Amino acid sequence: MAVTAAEQRTAPVATKRKKNAFSDGQGTLAAILLAPTLLVMFFVTGIPIVMSIIESFFRANGGVDPNTGLVNNGTSFVGLQNFTDVFAHPGLVVGVYGSMDRLINAFLNTTLFTVVCVILETILGVAMALIMAKAFRGRGLVRASILVPWAIPTIVSAVMWKLIFNTSGVANKVLGLTNTPILWLGDNRYSQLAIIVADVWKTAPFIGLLTLAGLQTIPAEVYEAARVDGANAWQTFTRITLPMVKPALVVAVLFRTLDTLRMFDLPWGMIGPGKYSVETLSVFAYLEMNATRYGQAATYSIILFLYIVLIAFLFVTLLGADVVGDEELKAVNQQRKRMRELHKKQSKASAKVRTTITSGGAAS
Amino acid sequence: MTQVTAPVVAHLTPEELGALQKPSHDSRWWMGTIASVVGMALIVLYCLVPFYWMVISSLRLPTMGLSNDYWPNPISFENYPGVFSPQNNFLRAIVNSVVVSVTTTALTLVFGIIGAYALARLRFAAKGLVLAVIIGASMFPGITLLLPLFKLFTGAYEWMPLHWLNQYQAAIIPSLSFGLPLCVWNLTAFFRQLPVELEQAAMVDGCTPGEAFRKVILPLAAPGVFTTAILTFIAVWNEFMISLTFLQARDMKTATVALSQFTGTLGFNTPYGSIMAAGVITTIPLLILVLFFQRRIVAGLTAGGVK
Repeated sequence: MAVTAAEQRTAPVATKRKKNAFSDGQGTLAAILLAPTLLVMFFVTGIPIVMSIIESFFRANGGVDPNTGLVNNGTSFVGLQNFTDVFAHPGLVVGVYGSMDRLINAFLNTTLFTVVCVILETILGVAMALIMAKAFRGRGLVRASILVPWAIPTIVSAVMWKLIFNTSGVANKVLGLTNTPILWLGDNRYSQLAIIVADVWKTAPFIGLLTLAGLQTIPAEVYEAARVDGANAWQTFTRITLPMVKPALVVAVLFRTLDTLRMFDLPWGMIGPGKYSVETLSVFAYLEMNATRYGQAATYSIILFLYIVLIAFLFVTLLGADVVGDEELKAVNQQRKRMRELHKKQSKASAKVRTTITSGGAAS
Repeated sequence: MTQVTAPVVAHLTPEELGALQKPSHDSRWWMGTIASVVGMALIVLYCLVPFYWMVISSLRLPTMGLSNDYWPNPISFENYPGVFSPQNNFLRAIVNSVVVSVTTTALTLVFGIIGAYALARLRFAAKGLVLAVIIGASMFPGITLLLPLFKLFTGAYEWMPLHWLNQYQAAIIPSLSFGLPLCVWNLTAFFRQLPVELEQAAMVDGCTPGEAFRKVILPLAAPGVFTTAILTFIAVWNEFMISLTFLQARDMKTATVALSQFTGTLGFNTPYGSIMAAGVITTIPLLILVLFFQRRIVAGLTAGGVK
């Protein structure tokens, strides 16, 4: 009797484990409803990505054919040469890091902007969220003003900061540098700073907004309990606020990171195209495309793409960013994991039982 | 003071009376309040001061574009008609922006609503995969998608010689690549918030699943759909790289591209006044949307989790 009960309990687990927990007979309907979206995505995202990858193995034939005297047309397969040329035939440019290949320069700029901007935005954004969470009055006003930088088109903010950072502009005036002005827009280290300021201004409030939403889900009881236990403000912040707001914050930071990695509008609109000190991978690839060097442009855009994929992967695995955020999916996956562990434990237990000599009736 | 109130509250001891008469907020409370007000003021200043600079710079005389006065002197609206002067062609640019943004938003809604409903309600095997693909697609760097599309639309591929440069669809189709994930993502979050019992009740009352969706869910999800439409519209309106690539002709430029390419009447001077005025004009519709629907937009931004 006991054996059959145990079997009944475990048997469905053993058989159902293979079946997908989602199959509910609604797959066909779901496929029909999702087909238009996925088809569009396939055409506007899937195919271009594949075509970019293919493109990156080719290179336009340039120059004049020595035999016929005609201009070469078409493209030829060059394998990985577009990728390896960074080391084999570096096209040296001088940005702020000294003389190096233009691709490496763009890569370093992209990385610098991303790291600095995202760190500053996160600190400022969390500070803003903490202030807003404490406030009783005026939240509406603050929320409205926080949406202003978010709503302004990036290119408009670029020309706006271009005016502010003009040599005879207000930034130099506020800093008291009217006599020895800094050339913010002059393709130098200060241009990088100007870009960072403009990007942080536009997106820190956005992180603040998302963090505030996370803060508001923390129940007041937790803070009360912490106070009763004698936690000071710093302990409350590091032990309660940060861990509890972490899921929302990590996702916000991930999306900001990926967005900053593909930065284009700000360097283009503020400093201008072809300025090496602020040239990001997106800008570089774009200029190559404009110069109809499609193979190289595709290569650089694929490098950016892989970089983004790598960063996203690191975020998801190292920081546990729950990007998808589907409760049902999470629950099912957890259940699956539990079942797998249970199954493992059971099989381990039964394996042990089998090898033990003295075990007679281990079934129960 | 004590003499007046003492008879009324005669049963209170002097200490209790003293405690009652003390201001209900101690110095710590005041410190906190002041710090919070100062903090809020700092946030507001942080967000609005650069924007303020753009607005007042647009209100200077066209010849005073680089003036650094904190208040325009004299106030002049001359830059605004200048924006619409024939050489800037900005009215046409706004029309182009509206065409591209509205069409893209409408298309994403048509595709997105049914897809998001399936993702929010139905249970099927590849759901996690589909969600990951959609969110992953919105992360793709625009330039990676742009390059093959540029080749395609300029007729560089012999197997499909499309000559779509400077036609609206050349900007609308690539815009779907980021508009559609944004739309589906937000709508899925909104549909999830509606209780599933609503459809069940409707179906008990004799609706087919399709009718339940059309007659019960869709009207209730209208605010969510509306918010998603606003968010998508703003995203497409603010888009720059795609329009810069595909709409290059003078009459086809969108507002964001046009204002980045303003040239001055006075030769080499950058016409900052009219650029700022154009910036204000481009931003004002968005700000009106944002101010009117700020609660909804914040809810949409945080429910969608991202973007």
